[in-house]
Amino acid sequence: MSGVKREREESFDELLNPVYKGKSLTDPINTAEDKWNLLPAFLKVKGLVKQHLDSYNYFVDVDLKKIIQANEKVLSDVDPDFYLKYLDIRIGYKSKADPKQIEVLYPPHECRLRDMTYSAPIYVDVEYTRGRKIIIHRDLEIGRMPIMLRSNKCVLNGRTENEMAYLNECPLDPGGYFIVNGTEKVILVQEQLSKNRIIVESDDKKGIVQASVTSSTHERKSKTYVVTKNDKIYLKHNSISEEIPIVIVLKAAGIVSDLEVLQLVCGDDSVYQDIFAVNFEETAKLGVYTQREALEYIGRKVKTIRRLNAPKLTIIQEGIEAIASTLIAHLSVENLDFREKALYIAIMTRRVVMTMHNSKLVDDRDYVGNKRLELAGQLMSLLFEDLFKKFNNDFKMNLDKILKKPSRASEFDALLHINIHSNNITTGLNRAISTGNWSLKRFKMERAGVTHVLSRLSYISALGMMTRISSQFEKSRKVSGPRALQPSQFGMLCTSDTPEGEACGLVKNLALMTHITTDDEETPIRKLCYILGAENISIADSSTLHTHGTFGVYLNGTLIATTRFPNKFVTTFRYLRRTGKVSAFVSIYTNVHQSSVHIAADGGRICRPLIIVENGIPKVKEDHLRKLKNGEWQFDDFLVNGLVEYLDVNEENDSLIALYEKDIINATTHLEIEVFTVLGAVAGLIPYPHHNQSPRNTYQCAMGKQAIGAIAYNQFRRIDTLLYLMCYPQQPMVKSKTIELIQYDKLPAGQNATVAVMSYSGYDIEDALVLNKSSIDRGFGRCQVFRKNTAILKRYPNHSKDILAGMRVNDDGEPIWQHTALGPDGLGEVGMRVQSGQIYVNKCVPTNASESVLNDNPQQQQQQPQQTHRDQPMVYRAPEASYIDQVMMSVSDNDQALIKVLLRQTRRPELGDKFSSRHGQKGVCGIIVQQEDMPFNDQGVCPDIIMNPHGFPSRMTVGKMLELVSGKAGVLDGSLQYGTCFGGSKLEDMSKILVDKGFNYSGKDMLYSGITGECLQAYIFFGPIYYQKLKHMVLDKMHARARGPRAVLTRQPTEGRSRDGGLRLGEMERDCVIAYGASQLLLERLMLSSDAFDVDVCNSCGLMGYNGWCPTCKTSETIIKMTIPYAAKLLFQELISMNIAPRLKLGDVF
Amino acid sequence: MSNIVGIEHDRVTNTTSTDFPGFSADSANTEWSLDYFKENFKLDIKYITERTANFDLIGLDTSIANAFRRIMIAEVPSVAAEYVYIFNNTSVIQDEVLAHRIGLVPLKVDPDQLTWINKEADEKDKFTDDNTIVLSLDIVCSKNPNASPNSTNPDNLYRNHKVYAKNLKFEPQGRQVELFANNPVVPCDPNILLAKLRPGQEISLRVHCILGIGADHAKFSPVSTASYRLLPVIDILKPIVGKDALEFQQCFPNGVIDINEKGEAYVKDSRKDTVSREVLRHEKFNGKVKLGRRRDHFIFNVESTGAMPPEEIFFKSVRILKNKADYLRNCPIANLN
Repeated sequence: MSGVKREREESFDELLNPVYKGKSLTDPINTAEDKWNLLPAFLKVKGLVKQHLDSYNYFVDVDLKKIIQANEKVLSDVDPDFYLKYLDIRIGYKSKADPKQIEVLYPPHECRLRDMTYSAPIYVDVEYTRGRKIIIHRDLEIGRMPIMLRSNKCVLNGRTENEMAYLNECPLDPGGYFIVNGTEKVILVQEQLSKNRIIVESDDKKGIVQASVTSSTHERKSKTYVVTKNDKIYLKHNSISEEIPIVIVLKAAGIVSDLEVLQLVCGDDSVYQDIFAVNFEETAKLGVYTQREALEYIGRKVKTIRRLNAPKLTIIQEGIEAIASTLIAHLSVENLDFREKALYIAIMTRRVVMTMHNSKLVDDRDYVGNKRLELAGQLMSLLFEDLFKKFNNDFKMNLDKILKKPSRASEFDALLHINIHSNNITTGLNRAISTGNWSLKRFKMERAGVTHVLSRLSYISALGMMTRISSQFEKSRKVSGPRALQPSQFGMLCTSDTPEGEACGLVKNLALMTHITTDDEETPIRKLCYILGAENISIADSSTLHTHGTFGVYLNGTLIATTRFPNKFVTTFRYLRRTGKVSAFVSIYTNVHQSSVHIAADGGRICRPLIIVENGIPKVKEDHLRKLKNGEWQFDDFLVNGLVEYLDVNEENDSLIALYEKDIINATTHLEIEVFTVLGAVAGLIPYPHHNQSPRNTYQCAMGKQAIGAIAYNQFRRIDTLLYLMCYPQQPMVKSKTIELIQYDKLPAGQNATVAVMSYSGYDIEDALVLNKSSIDRGFGRCQVFRKNTAILKRYPNHSKDILAGMRVNDDGEPIWQHTALGPDGLGEVGMRVQSGQIYVNKCVPTNASESVLNDNPQQQQQQPQQTHRDQPMVYRAPEASYIDQVMMSVSDNDQALIKVLLRQTRRPELGDKFSSRHGQKGVCGIIVQQEDMPFNDQGVCPDIIMNPHGFPSRMTVGKMLELVSGKAGVLDGSLQYGTCFGGSKLEDMSKILVDKGFNYSGKDMLYSGITGECLQAYIFFGPIYYQKLKHMVLDKMHARARGPRAVLTRQPTEGRSRDGGLRLGEMERDCVIAYGASQLLLERLMLSSDAFDVDVCNSCGLMGYNGWCPTCKTSETIIKMTIPYAAKLLFQELISMNIAPRLKLGDVF
Repeated sequence: MSNIVGIEHDRVTNTTSTDFPGFSADSANTEWSLDYFKENFKLDIKYITERTANFDLIGLDTSIANAFRRIMIAEVPSVAAEYVYIFNNTSVIQDEVLAHRIGLVPLKVDPDQLTWINKEADEKDKFTDDNTIVLSLDIVCSKNPNASPNSTNPDNLYRNHKVYAKNLKFEPQGRQVELFANNPVVPCDPNILLAKLRPGQEISLRVHCILGIGADHAKFSPVSTASYRLLPVIDILKPIVGKDALEFQQCFPNGVIDINEKGEAYVKDSRKDTVSREVLRHEKFNGKVKLGRRRDHFIFNVESTGAMPPEEIFFKSVRILKNKADYLRNCPIANLN
């Protein structure tokens, strides 16, 4: 194992020691330039999709145990002696087994092929009573948990490249998704407003200021508001029927004296006191003075929805209940001590008062620090807890049913009844992941579209999907705020990668170095705060709370202490964090406006690592980087030694971060590890993105996901519904550090095409490209399309089943044309060509499948022994022939034979195929030109692509020009050049190489026309640019029809390419024809070529008859034959059917 | 009109060829005469190797030179694999891709030995020993029993794990046995990698190679590239001396500019210049030097794929052009006058 491990590390060594700018291990280390080595080290430890894996690992290792503890006992209403207690829960290994040996049903790739779910058993240890005895049962399987690939419960965890190959897995695949029923499903990261935090907002038009907090606990989710109404402050909550004056709430919560209320809310600030004073009047008017009166007041307003057999509460009890558990539900009340809650409400009120005074103190909803990201683990945990509760509930109901029966034959064993429902958890989890519908009863949450099918169009599209963040905002709303680029997302969320159109700005992507936190324990941090000298709030005097210079210490949004020395407190706390005494992901920052110190330890915060700077000197030194290069140190050593730390958005806002070492001043607290980490993985592919117009980078982010290339090392083993692969993909001549980090150079999607930027032939307008035919002949842009076709051989209840029939032969013993591709087993043979109309799976279904088994008598069966099956073959229908690539036969979950046939097409580029460079410059192939007609340079080099120069001025993609120059220099020099964001090879150096190799410094060459042979009068910008072939190909889209199928009801031509539909002459086209006056054309298009129908119209009654007979007038004399559209005839009949008689009045035309 | 193409810093001037009948470079004599052409035309061979030929054609019109270039690329016939019959292919590479790769392998066959195939003919009569060369590829990969145990190198572990062009075996048909007795058909470059195999995988196929032209498919082109460039001309208008001369020299590739004993730069060999126009960037040489290219001096470079010697390709292109001219002359429309 150790030997193989070394091998794995070697593959990373390559990353750690790239000979960048000719540097190797022995060269002197320059901290300013070499600190970027921390980035591969970071990715080595965390991987590319660390946020998903971390979150899932936290869920299976920690959260599951918490859920078990929270729901640990199942009791019976009938038998008070019975109990069942959950002791422990494990995923994938038994109590005695080694936790590292994960037990899964089948390896992931087999699950993909056989349409199964990649899951591991959930084992629990239970303790329960059987009669008088207490029994401990270990390793009880209660269901199966879908396993996230590459998580610590996955068989792929910690495997070397070799071992991965044996499992048919691609070592570059990032994991982080699930396989459910054979499809790969990703749970997208969900963006939400942070929970359990006060958000202050104001509506200037209505003059409302409100502070709200969404309380979220395991049990419920509720929102509490403190709002202003006519300058008075009220508390609002969904389960309280009307707004309650804030002073009453505070009184109910035990702050009885008006003075103390004033102290808690306003402190000694007379301005605030003036604003707030009005609230006391209202309370006095309502006659509420004591806590009891306040509680009763609230109790009367509470909307009570009691469960069936719960006892009825008195009004005061309702009031107490409301304060204790309904309002600000995330604070738990012990022994009816409401002080903590009162303080919380007071703080909310204070924030409202402050905002009333100074409207600038509102919070920004769109500020990334006020957002939390919900990941797979959290969502799974919500789902699992729901299912687990249901499981326990069902179990309990079952128990009660049995225990109710007075006499039982044998001793009751609860375990016999627990297994009955074990499928609920498994199917519940599977269904949620496969449909994406997250419905949780206890939160009344109904969320659709949580999961998506992992797009395997290209490696980048799969990777891009793993970093995607979807927002909860409605897409249709026309608001700019949530869609806008937030300054606070610098370094956390990619600034370029967002879709265009309706989801623009709502779907975001993580930047390269982003980490998302998981929950940390609160209690030790709380203790630490007290040790550090902060005064516990529960013993603090109300009058000192808001005195000048007193800072409140908030832990996860709740005031826990006060301190007079916030700076010292924060510095010490940070010191402890840097020394590893506190979790690295706990953030602390001061907010001067609110006089508060905030400590955050909750999950879902976005953070990123930065180098610590002290006294103007970065702590990462040459020596440390050398250790990193030598492999002595890993990224975590930098954390442990306090050289690097994670900052979340809020703490980042409290720091001064230098971009480069040269920018460091005395006040600087941190140094950026690498500047290009502002971009994400997908935007990182763009060379010189800092020279491009920003929307171009965004366009490329969308197009990079459509590029055809290599998908994974196991791409030929996969049987996907649709798979696009490129025959000869190349790594780009101009790469970036990000490309190396995400290993795009190992699974590239594109080719380095020699491009001439010039006008040629007129077939290149509107971004069309001119392609060189010889380049295409030699394999440029050649790609393959694989399509899966599935057949299932069903079994029917009457014991009949689908079968495969062999091929049919003609008189000569040759197979008939339709069966040419078949083998004797009735399946297409691998390597055979199938043309449109040919059969590749000769399936037959029983004719009597619906007949029941009981009815048939032996006589009947003897009568028709043959003809038991009827052909239902799978016929290939497509304009171009395919080849059979793979045929797989297996058995699916429910024991039915599963046949998958993979068909392959190899396509060379043709007119209309779409290509794009990496700068958002897409274009279709406009003409394919013979090589001898192409322009050539002194060396005889012809371009592969000619691009029209009009693509440049308005697009301003200077990065593309730089890519060309750098690429050309690289080709001449025999080296790969870099176009890393905010860095990369310098234009001056590139020009130098060009001149040294005898070319012009500008990258422009003198070209000869291939047609006339003369020199071109302009110098042509000529060199390699990385071009991607996009998935949109003419072959999949071409469509034309003269005659074809019609819809049954209207007899009009069908719609759509898939149904061989007609091309509609629509309303606007019709308008043109009318305006032009071509009435005969109109008649021909709209009726004769569509749904002309001869009807018999009765001239006397105006209704339609048939066979020359009017059934209304009972005569044939007045019948006139005429042609109308069938749709019109249908309309008349439909009108008649609802008692409206449309009568036709016929007159002479001339 | 001068026959020098002007090279300026932002454009190329005087590019149009004027050397055709009825128009002549020196305006006094507009008549195009064959004798004059014969007298002035020069062919200067610089070097000819097995694969490349480098020669100068001096004193002919661009259209003719370009015609040679175009014909060499697109119309000189050569032999390449066109039909691949795959009996078995269990390698990772797909049939179409393998066939495409085999098609691009240049073959050492004299195209004159073959006749054109009749594409309309019946499948049975299509291929004869006159027009088709048959190659076969039968290869099975196996484990190397003598492999060293700890080796991870596939070269050591497996046999036949790389399929090269040299594995294509010539199968002479009928009279081809004698015809190709001395020079059997082989790939020009034996070490072109076609596919990779692992133990248990095999490829078994048969290839029919036919005559074709580059215009149909690049694989039939006998040249990797055939192109020309115009002879660079460097005119030093005012003497450049001293330090400037050194700097001037630096603006050109080695050997183009030399400095005489007076310290004055002079053009030693302008043929070596790559016309990088670097000198035009320098303000100090403004007006002191004029760059240009001789419009009727073509430096041809013909790179053969190996099937034919490069000079042979050029001769064929001349012959094809001649045939075309003959054809044109015999066309009814040509006989009108």
